[in-house]
Amino acid sequence: MDDENIITQLSIFVNNEPGRLAGVASILKDANVNMKECNLAESTEFGILRALVDDPEEAFERIRSRGLIAKKTAIIGVRIEDAPGALFSAASVLGRAGINIEYGYAYAGKNVEAFLIRVDDPGKAVLALKAAGVPLVKRSEI
Amino acid sequence: MPKGDLKDLQYRSLRALADKLYDFNQFYRGRMKAAGVRPDDIRSLDDIVKLPFMTKEDLRENYPTKMFTVPNSEIVRFHASSGTSGKPTVVGYTHNDLEYWTEALARSLTSVGIGKDDTLQVSYGYGLFTGGLGLHYGAERVGASVVPSSTGNTERQLELMQDLDVTAIACTPSYIIHMNTVAKRMGIDIKRDTCLKKAILGAEPWTSGMRKHIEESMGIRAYDIYGTSEQAGPMFSECEETNGIHVGGDIMLIEILDRDTLEPLEDGNEGEMVVTMLKKEAMPMIRFRVKDVASLMTGDCACGRTSPRLSRITGRTDDMLIIRGINVFPSQIEYTLMRIPEVGDQYLIAITREGALDNMLLQVEIRQDAFSDKVEDMVRLRAHIETELRRYLNIAVTVELKAPGELPRFEGKAKRVMDKRVY
Repeated sequence: MDDENIITQLSIFVNNEPGRLAGVASILKDANVNMKECNLAESTEFGILRALVDDPEEAFERIRSRGLIAKKTAIIGVRIEDAPGALFSAASVLGRAGINIEYGYAYAGKNVEAFLIRVDDPGKAVLALKAAGVPLVKRSEI
Repeated sequence: MPKGDLKDLQYRSLRALADKLYDFNQFYRGRMKAAGVRPDDIRSLDDIVKLPFMTKEDLRENYPTKMFTVPNSEIVRFHASSGTSGKPTVVGYTHNDLEYWTEALARSLTSVGIGKDDTLQVSYGYGLFTGGLGLHYGAERVGASVVPSSTGNTERQLELMQDLDVTAIACTPSYIIHMNTVAKRMGIDIKRDTCLKKAILGAEPWTSGMRKHIEESMGIRAYDIYGTSEQAGPMFSECEETNGIHVGGDIMLIEILDRDTLEPLEDGNEGEMVVTMLKKEAMPMIRFRVKDVASLMTGDCACGRTSPRLSRITGRTDDMLIIRGINVFPSQIEYTLMRIPEVGDQYLIAITREGALDNMLLQVEIRQDAFSDKVEDMVRLRAHIETELRRYLNIAVTVELKAPGELPRFEGKAKRVMDKRVY
């Protein structure tokens, strides 16, 4: 999937106990991983840290080698600065294409503001959104 | 019955049982041959020590019915309890087996003064578990009015207790304490607002401290009842003197053996309990190692009954846990977990008591490749593990997912169970 609109997110399992997130953050720091965005989804006893980093491939190997449970996830970003209703139009396009949105979160970077979404078929989602004229974030803009 | 006469009766029953097993049970004949003993060698009750032991593992290896000594046409009921791993232990009963079981319970109920003027609420589980149906038939035999309420829905149970003027209840000690808590919350004072006078409590260990608490807070008398699911569930109880469990010696022969040498101990000494069911037809038990620790009491009971008396059960010689009255082996938990591919090989069990109820918390490490970035997937995995455990153990377990490496590793023997309950 070498699509410029597909962004690699690192997802990291974090136990929901005092100091655990600090522990994970410290491993990321020691591994020299620079987080540009992070989002924490949580359940009762665990959370999932979702992060956008410089060089996700390299960061993934480094944090895995330090014993963290992690995976790489392909996500896409819908630009939201252009006009009101961008998220609505993206969601309707995906709905019509039968693509399920698993979760999403907002991203505000130096260059771009976007709603990042995790879908079950990112390649198909990019094609559908592009065809409908929904503006997408490029990987290089994050 | 004088003690000498009882010994004679027990000997004759034992000898008949040994003859029968030698002739009809391939498994046990093999065991006796291996031990170099023939039924003819059993010339007195003391010769019982020549006979080989039976264990729960034997029952598992001969699952489900290879230990039976009667054809299926003679079996009138099955019960099942948790096995040590995977398969449960199945026990079959002939008509006479149920008859002796009912007889034992009828004697027990009579010995605590429960009879036809009583209404007995049976709050043990009905079904494969032996408690509910066992007490049910015993209570009917003495003519008590039975309320077969089984377990669960405590508010409704209390409502029935009040409305039907229940005078006695049979359940686990922790359940009656829980009932009392719920009653208070509902504004019911069991002492003042119900007719409850007696409780027959068993299926899990309890202490004299708990008895005092139960008796004083509810204004009732509480009696200990004993049984093991491999024999026939609850059978024998204390009498009104509450000074030891009266064991019907014509039905069950109890030996107390040294925990290390397995040599017989004098009465009054604590050791491992070994049980022989003298009358069992469908699945006879000779020298079954129950793995409970207890002693046989010396002296006579003030009630006048001459039957042997068993002390409180003070422990186990294996790692079996009793959670809300249900027997659970850590090996069963491990067996269940190892069949779930997403689960790693480390887990930790913590048992706590909240109010009167036991809670089991199981922390499991998940495998790297089982990790999903979707919370929903992880929650589903957790629910799946909980469902599987519930299916195999028959108890609710709270599961917590842990990352690999989060749980302690052990050098040597792993200590995966932390029983934090205070009795």
